[in-house]
Amino acid sequence: MIRTIILIAMLAAALPLHAELRVFACEPEWAALVRELGGDKLSAYSATHALQDPHRIEARPSLIARARGAQLVVCTGADLEAGWLPPVLRESGNAAVQPGRPGYFEASQFVTKLEIPAKLDRSEGDVHAAGNPHIQLDPRNLLAVAVPLAQRLGELDAANAAHYAARQQAFAERLRAAIARWEKEAVPLKGMRVIAQHKSFSYLFRWLGIVEAGTLEPKPGIEPGSAHLAQLLKQARTEQARLIVRTPFDSPRPGEWLAERAGIPLVTLPFTVGGSDKAQDLFGLFDDTLARLKERAP
Amino acid sequence: MFRIALLAAAASLALPAAAGDEDLKALREEVAQMKKAYESRIESLEQRLAAAESAQEKSPSPQHGAVSPPAAAGGFNPEVSLILQGQYRRMKEVPERAITGYWPAGGHDHGGAERGFSLDNSELIVSANINPYFRGLLNVALKDGEAEVEEAWFQTLGLGQGFTLKGGRFLSGIGYLNEQHPHAWDFADAPLMSKALFGEHYGQDGLQLKWVAPTDLFMEFGAELGRGAGFPGSDRNKNSAGASALFAHLGGDVGRSHAWRAGLSWLTTRANGREAHFEDTDAAGPNEVEGLFTGRSRTLIADFVWKWAPDGNPKQRNLKLQAELFRRTEHGELACGSDVATSPCLGGVGLGRLRSAQTGGYAQAVWQFMPRWRVGYRFDWLNAGSKRYDPATVFAALDPANAYFGRHRPQRHSLMLDWSQDEFSRLRLQFARDRAMQGVSDNQVTLQYIMSLGAHGAHKF
Repeated sequence: MIRTIILIAMLAAALPLHAELRVFACEPEWAALVRELGGDKLSAYSATHALQDPHRIEARPSLIARARGAQLVVCTGADLEAGWLPPVLRESGNAAVQPGRPGYFEASQFVTKLEIPAKLDRSEGDVHAAGNPHIQLDPRNLLAVAVPLAQRLGELDAANAAHYAARQQAFAERLRAAIARWEKEAVPLKGMRVIAQHKSFSYLFRWLGIVEAGTLEPKPGIEPGSAHLAQLLKQARTEQARLIVRTPFDSPRPGEWLAERAGIPLVTLPFTVGGSDKAQDLFGLFDDTLARLKERAP
Repeated sequence: MFRIALLAAAASLALPAAAGDEDLKALREEVAQMKKAYESRIESLEQRLAAAESAQEKSPSPQHGAVSPPAAAGGFNPEVSLILQGQYRRMKEVPERAITGYWPAGGHDHGGAERGFSLDNSELIVSANINPYFRGLLNVALKDGEAEVEEAWFQTLGLGQGFTLKGGRFLSGIGYLNEQHPHAWDFADAPLMSKALFGEHYGQDGLQLKWVAPTDLFMEFGAELGRGAGFPGSDRNKNSAGASALFAHLGGDVGRSHAWRAGLSWLTTRANGREAHFEDTDAAGPNEVEGLFTGRSRTLIADFVWKWAPDGNPKQRNLKLQAELFRRTEHGELACGSDVATSPCLGGVGLGRLRSAQTGGYAQAVWQFMPRWRVGYRFDWLNAGSKRYDPATVFAALDPANAYFGRHRPQRHSLMLDWSQDEFSRLRLQFARDRAMQGVSDNQVTLQYIMSLGAHGAHKF
């Protein structure tokens, strides 16, 4: 028995490793960004997909196996992955990707975070000490993250450093042009009042000048209850909320309840790459998000 | 540019019409020079602006601003968490509750065996990365008048190549449930299997080396060397290791919604004068005597866990199936001892060889049918297995009616319902029909709370 196990293990160890840089991304948006920057010089694996709540992931064996083989781990940070990433990294036995090593990259370190709590107490719900971690829906944050990320890729894969730098330049140019276009398209959305399920869209709203008129969750991470929803219904009327937005992984029920009573539509935004048919890359993510918002805007 | 043109225009307008040609020429030259100087200055300004802009892009711009400090695991250093647990339990009053047919594990117990209201252990857990190469953890179980060190270990972070070394006191990696603390259990009590094999947990004071294979299929292999003081072994005061364990885990995903892990573990240790209460055959009336086992104990455990969550999103609904099976073989010498003058065990008497082979296990399913609510069912079973000894010698000294010699097959059915506001608080109601003891059918009701304060670390799969 034991001899067979050792034999299998030795065979497995002898398997040829892939030549390209192997990146483990915690969320699909970072896998997409890494692909933009690396092209065919790397392979990017996303630990989660758009239908999963990045707060609620289990430290599954498959994730440990993937982290074991990675040369770079790219995550949001700001405690978003606190519930599952620490055991995955520790159990992987991969020294290169431990926090503090060059193989560990936290995107949220390179942007200004919103909603940094003044008071840290669980009575306020599941608040993140470092601020709101859902940074990917402001494309300017992606511009800011892409620069140090390309640099890091170049450090880990020095032979292709120029390739990553050039792709970062090209990506920044395309994204800047797209931002200008999106901002123009989003002018009619300015000042629109929207109710969100969770504080998932704060960066998007701030970028586009949309006003958050309340959240379905009474406190971050606390499931909506009927008393809170009833109060929110009043608020939706007085605040003249135009729509309710949710991510693909939020339960649709509280939103549907409120949408029906308040007479305003419930819109599912892709939230990240892969969150809708059209959001297949970072550009598609914003194209589709804006299209869905504009469709319902006054 | 435009400003210079204006300036030039203004200058030319301001000129008296009657000015001489020479003056005019000089002035024109002066203006041309000014223009040139301004142009070069503006050009340099434009260059500086461009440089500043590109620099801004490289470092986060003021708007995207201040770089925040890297978040440590949990955001606190060290991470401190406190688990509060207590319960109300309704069950039969059974003196010397034990599992029929099994050598009583004694020792380790997390409480909860009391009737009525009781406080379980309060667990205090402190952990942190010591430096980039090591991580440390302390888990202390607090009860009245005592604090027991459940775990106190360091673990390497920087060994690389998939290797991790752990040293100190830790819960052994054998089986699936063994590494979990009571607050992470899906039921209010441990399976009968865990109680029969280890008393509740098997802890090691020693070293553990683990290796994860570099494959997409999760393959983990581990080996442990330890003091071996815990049941089924005993402290033997020697220089070499008293217990060793090997384990292998395989795991992976099936599609987006399913994940599994399977494992096989092996533990071998020795006991020297391991004690249990027996009754003797004293003609003057039975005395309570010490039964003593000295010999080798080997345990083989197979474990399997399957989790289902629609699209890998366990928040709304999820299902967890879990089962473990074991086979334990022991062989060695049985003895008994007493200081009662009429006891056949007086002064310690050898009773010959004892060999046993026992099997059992549990299977459970826990279903979260809506957010916050879970329901679960667990079935425990143990087989009396085979025991080989010389009855003439053994029953000359020990009462054959003793629970250890019983041929009963212990079983238990447990049904639980729990409600969790979030991962930090849980209330649980559990019904169990416990037939672990021959002739006792005990219907138990448990109402339990589990509260976590502080930086509650993430749980393993």
